[in-house]
Amino acid sequence: MTNILHVSNLSKSYQSGGRMLTVLHDVNFTLNAGDTFAIVGPSGSGKTTLLGLCAGLDRATTGSVELNGVKLDKLNEDERARVRNQYVGFIFQNFQLIPTLTALENVMVPLELRGERNVKKQALELLDRVGLADRQHHYTVQLSGGEQQRVSVARAFSNRPKILFADEPTGNLDAETSEKVVNLIFDLNRESGTTLVLVTHDLELAEKTGRIIRIKGGAIISDTAKFRSLGVEEFGS
Amino acid sequence: MDAIIRVEPTKLNLPWLFRMAWRDSRRNRPRLILFVSSIILGIAALVAINSFSDNLRHDMEGQAKELLGADLVIYQNQAASTTVKSLLDSLKEKNPGSQFSSENSFASMALFPKSKNRVSGGTRLVQIKALEGNFPYYGAIETIPRNASRQFRNGQKALVDQTLMLQFNMKVGDSVKVGNLSFLIAGRVNKAPGQSGIAATVAPSIYIPMDYLKQTGLIQPGSRINYKYYFKFDNKVAVEKLAKDMEPRFDKEGMTYETVEGRKATIGNAFANLSRFLNLVGFVALLLGCVGVASAVHIYMKEKLATVAILRCLGAKGSQAFIIYLIQLTTMGFIGSVLGALLGSAIQWVLPQVLGDFLPIDISLSLSWHAIGGGILLGMVVSLLFALLPLLSVRNISPLNTLRASYETITTRRDPLRWLVFLAIGLFVMGFAYWQIRNWRESLAFTVVLLLSFMVLAGVAALLMWLVRKFFPVSWSFLWRQSLANLYRPNNQTLILIVAIGLGTTLITTLYFVQSLLISQVTIAGSNNQPNMILFDIQASQKEQVAKFATDYKLPLLQQVPIVTMRLEEMNGKTAEEIRADSTSKIPDWAFNREYRATYRDTLISSETVTEGTWRGSVQSPNDTVFISLEDRYATSLKVKLGDQLTFNVQGTRVNTVVSSFRKVQWNRVQSNFLVVFPKGVLEEAPQFYVLVTRTPSDKVSAQFQEGLVMNFPNISVIDLKLILSTLDEILDKVSFVIRFMALFSILTGLLVLVGSVIISKYQRIQESVLLRTLGASRRQILVITALEYFFLGSLAAATGILLSFGCSWALARFSFESSFAPAMTPALIVFAAVSSLTVIIGLFNSRSILNRPPLEILRTEV
Repeated sequence: MTNILHVSNLSKSYQSGGRMLTVLHDVNFTLNAGDTFAIVGPSGSGKTTLLGLCAGLDRATTGSVELNGVKLDKLNEDERARVRNQYVGFIFQNFQLIPTLTALENVMVPLELRGERNVKKQALELLDRVGLADRQHHYTVQLSGGEQQRVSVARAFSNRPKILFADEPTGNLDAETSEKVVNLIFDLNRESGTTLVLVTHDLELAEKTGRIIRIKGGAIISDTAKFRSLGVEEFGS
Repeated sequence: MDAIIRVEPTKLNLPWLFRMAWRDSRRNRPRLILFVSSIILGIAALVAINSFSDNLRHDMEGQAKELLGADLVIYQNQAASTTVKSLLDSLKEKNPGSQFSSENSFASMALFPKSKNRVSGGTRLVQIKALEGNFPYYGAIETIPRNASRQFRNGQKALVDQTLMLQFNMKVGDSVKVGNLSFLIAGRVNKAPGQSGIAATVAPSIYIPMDYLKQTGLIQPGSRINYKYYFKFDNKVAVEKLAKDMEPRFDKEGMTYETVEGRKATIGNAFANLSRFLNLVGFVALLLGCVGVASAVHIYMKEKLATVAILRCLGAKGSQAFIIYLIQLTTMGFIGSVLGALLGSAIQWVLPQVLGDFLPIDISLSLSWHAIGGGILLGMVVSLLFALLPLLSVRNISPLNTLRASYETITTRRDPLRWLVFLAIGLFVMGFAYWQIRNWRESLAFTVVLLLSFMVLAGVAALLMWLVRKFFPVSWSFLWRQSLANLYRPNNQTLILIVAIGLGTTLITTLYFVQSLLISQVTIAGSNNQPNMILFDIQASQKEQVAKFATDYKLPLLQQVPIVTMRLEEMNGKTAEEIRADSTSKIPDWAFNREYRATYRDTLISSETVTEGTWRGSVQSPNDTVFISLEDRYATSLKVKLGDQLTFNVQGTRVNTVVSSFRKVQWNRVQSNFLVVFPKGVLEEAPQFYVLVTRTPSDKVSAQFQEGLVMNFPNISVIDLKLILSTLDEILDKVSFVIRFMALFSILTGLLVLVGSVIISKYQRIQESVLLRTLGASRRQILVITALEYFFLGSLAAATGILLSFGCSWALARFSFESSFAPAMTPALIVFAAVSSLTVIIGLFNSRSILNRPPLEILRTEV
């Protein structure tokens, strides 16, 4: 198995109110290609910060993140953008679709950014896969929350990412829609062999992944990988 | 995992950037159009003026000869001497086939016996033009009826300017009395070669045949007559060269000349100055619009923060995001400029009505691709420069905004490129001003004044926000607190609205004040029992009779001033020829060419004060030195110092004088003022005529007196303050109409920026207004909050604009018109009330959807 994400001694601090505020403290873990992985913890625990650092959206104060063999802390913002475009897919809690583009165009964007041609066919296939081929020309405001998140899922897989980061993907959805979206994410993940990193409050959702780390006060307080190595299968409270 | 993979930079992928710019614009186009709408009027103004200038230049080429009516005109202000006659004859003889006409023109009173005009009693000071020959050779004196311009020369007939015909309600076939003769009015003059409408306002003309001039009895000693000699040459004659060769001889005889090329240059320069001024006014409108663009783009980019963050998250480079919006805004700048250019090309069709009075030729109207191209380019560059300020921030938007909406707000304060853009804007404004003015100092002054105005208004806006925040009236009612808080809360429009409305107000109010200032200068001069009428050309033999005539009407003889005509012959022993030959001399030619009308007296009059030297009022014995006094500005232009010797030729007698004092003269007073004043005891025996200064108590007495005077003393002319005032008023009306027309672009731009800002702020505020509605705020409460907010903005902008205009008007009064300025409060208050109300009305009008529709419906459609 090859390592897709290697996080070592990762810390993040902010200047806030005239003093330094450390939101992540000495985080270490490694993910193998094809793993499914959840980061759980209460609000303000630092899980979204961790996701942002792992995906190359932000820079660490100390420590390093290596994504598919690329040391992100050595790169400038444009180079990290290139890495994201090549290897990373995103799903956000609030969908983050571009409101001025249609559903189809939203899915096409990552491919177009790569400079690929004939991307419409691929995007349409993905929209079809998430059940929205007939809504391809609709703008985001014309779609329901669940539909928007399905477009977002299609977009996340459009560039055939090595790793997919999903930040509370069901946070804004009702239970029924959530289940459909989650199934879609896991199905597509399985089909494409992508590594999945989930940030969630939802322990039920987290338990669908192969590995869970629990974070509190900016530090990892438990990692099921260690439990499993000790033969403990159950996690949670 | 130790091997580091090299990351290739993403290619720009221009086709995709254009595609994204197109896609992203689809749902924003009405708003994008709104952004650029504020530059449309500025561009329209510039394109209209420049198209018109292009057409004028083109038409002047085509109608060049008609501007002069002849190939060469020679001017002189004394009757032709034998030498001059032989010079003119030699010109005719050396150029076979040439034609010759002459014209004597002078100011005189005309009487329209049939007129029922109660103000002037049927009399008016006019310009008499006695014509001999077939002038004009090119173009025509356009008359109604058409053939009158030829027929009037064959009898005791006159052509009368249309302004006079209208003023005195005359018809063709009526008569006009000029001096001792009555002329039948053969036609109404609509247009004469080279004469603009404004010239006719200042001195309306009456043409009479030269043969009858003598019989009018108006040619008297001291009469100020301009002699013009018109030549038409054979086509083969090189007129420019001929005139240039003759110049030394013309100079020697005190003659000046004008050729077609010279007239073209004079008119061209005069109009170039006007069009440059108008271009600057248009440019201010454009800049005002650009401030609107910058503000709108700033808010647009704030709204695009999420989209840019998503694109960055998906792998777009900062430069790619920047280019997407650069393409959008450049395209919008282009569309705005094209619309402006189209509108400007249409507006130029209106300009002949606006500028017609200033133009001596007919203007044909056609599209000027030069002006259109220039306008589009200018619009794109200037709108882009201003849009760049907020646009630069796009490069720095972090993808982290996708995870945390509150991660960062757009800021470019530390961006060095921002300062580069500021510098580029400053240089561009100054460069444009220089292009128009061709003077670096004035261009710098224009840029600095504009910058200062912007800074003052922006400073006031910042101060307002600071003051409201600092001294927030927490005890006031919710409605007042809410509307006051709107002035400084995020997404406020305080800065842009105060700058846009304030600048527009400054422009308009300054124009108004300056016009009032010019009028009041003359009005004040005529008030407080100051003289209001001058009678001139009174012959020595008429002096006592005219004085008696005036006292019969119970008019005071405020001054009876003798006038002696003379010429300057030598300065400090050097003749005119010697001074002309001296290349280092800076004494102007006209000093020796002109005829001086000097007076003598032993005291200063109320409009004079000695600024240097000593006033010496009399000469005791014939051998004493004659000490004279010169008007200070005249002395400066003649490079004369106290103690310098001037020798005058007083109608054949040389009089040596020494300059003993300089006087400052208030020329705007209705008095007889002089450049040169002699002491008593020198000129008493010289041929002279008189000026009588009086004051008429009412228009009625004035009219009766003038009518009686013209009947009894037809050679005497009258200038009355009423005429000066009405003429000045008419001229200023025409000038200010042009300026107001151009200022209109600034006002409308200000309104557009205002409407744009209000609409944009509506998008900003709609959610909270809807929230207030949802929480139970009544329609009235929202209305009051909105009205109060726009009232604060409008009133503060108007007040600041008016205060700025006080400053500008004061500076203009002090430095340009050398006058004092007292702000008129009533018009200022009217402007204040109008601008404030307009702001509130526009604000409420644009917010009506929030007031009239259910909250949910608004949220579905507008957000």
